[in-house]
Amino acid sequence: MAFDSISDFFAMGGYGFYVWLSYGLTFFALAVLIINTLSKKNKIMKVVEHRLSREQRIKKAQNREGTL
Amino acid sequence: MWKWLHPYAKPEKSYQLAGKFLPWFIVLTVVTFVVGLVWGLLFAPADYQQGDSFRIIYIHVPAAMMAMAAYSTMAIAAFVALVWQIRLAEMNVAAIAPIGAVFTFIALVTGAAWGKPMWGAWWVWDARLTSELILLFVYLGIIALHNAFSDKVLAGRAASILTLVGVINLPIIHYSVVWWNTLHQGATIMKFDKPSMPPEMLWPLVIMIVGFGAFLGVLTLMRFRNEILARESHRPWVTAMVTEKLAGEK
Repeated sequence: MAFDSISDFFAMGGYGFYVWLSYGLTFFALAVLIINTLSKKNKIMKVVEHRLSREQRIKKAQNREGTL
Repeated sequence: MWKWLHPYAKPEKSYQLAGKFLPWFIVLTVVTFVVGLVWGLLFAPADYQQGDSFRIIYIHVPAAMMAMAAYSTMAIAAFVALVWQIRLAEMNVAAIAPIGAVFTFIALVTGAAWGKPMWGAWWVWDARLTSELILLFVYLGIIALHNAFSDKVLAGRAASILTLVGVINLPIIHYSVVWWNTLHQGATIMKFDKPSMPPEMLWPLVIMIVGFGAFLGVLTLMRFRNEILARESHRPWVTAMVTEKLAGEK
């Protein structure tokens, strides 16, 4: 292990701010990218689901009209 | 000989194949990130000149390398899309561009945070940094151009052409540290000589490079699948898939 204690680890030999800034921003940027990718898929699926349920409703309504 | 490839030109098959690869890439990413980060942050010895600030290398170098790898992949896809008019290749270009942009952004900000304590400046207009910044702008340009057309066929073609034009920047980035006098250090691993790094520092770096590569794979597969879904959303196979999913939820 390169460090003696936890506080030593966070201090990074005096470079703590720069090291954790780098790792923090990297984590943030990658998290944004993952969330964006997942929400995109969700959005596409929602649109398709919406279209399908609308088509089904139309079909149902047409069937009902036929029975009257 | 190459006939087995033909079915994968069908979006549905490609979508399923990408889905099959996805879990493996996720596992590889998680394992390499955990091992690489723990090794790099906790166990690799401090540098004799740069102290612990050198630990930024474990994200800076992999992100920069994969930003360029992403561009190369995109350029190959763009070439395939333009020459053989394969729609899936166009979708691949659209899928990779945002990932490459984020990786380039990471390379730039981690480089700035490393430059401040080592060079005394967050930013200098030096060959390596400037060419890397241009890479970010090229990525953003490709994304913007792709979004500028409502006709996706036209969008794909325009983005592919811009991608191929931007390839000129890749050798400039790679050789910038050789061709010009720059603050940025020269190549440490990507050279014909022995890597100028002791193995206990190099190993975590290699693992992180593999990790960023796998992560690039994960994101590419996911975004590629998104592109297919978006463009094929009216096709029967997508409808069938969503119906099945809805039935499973009930």
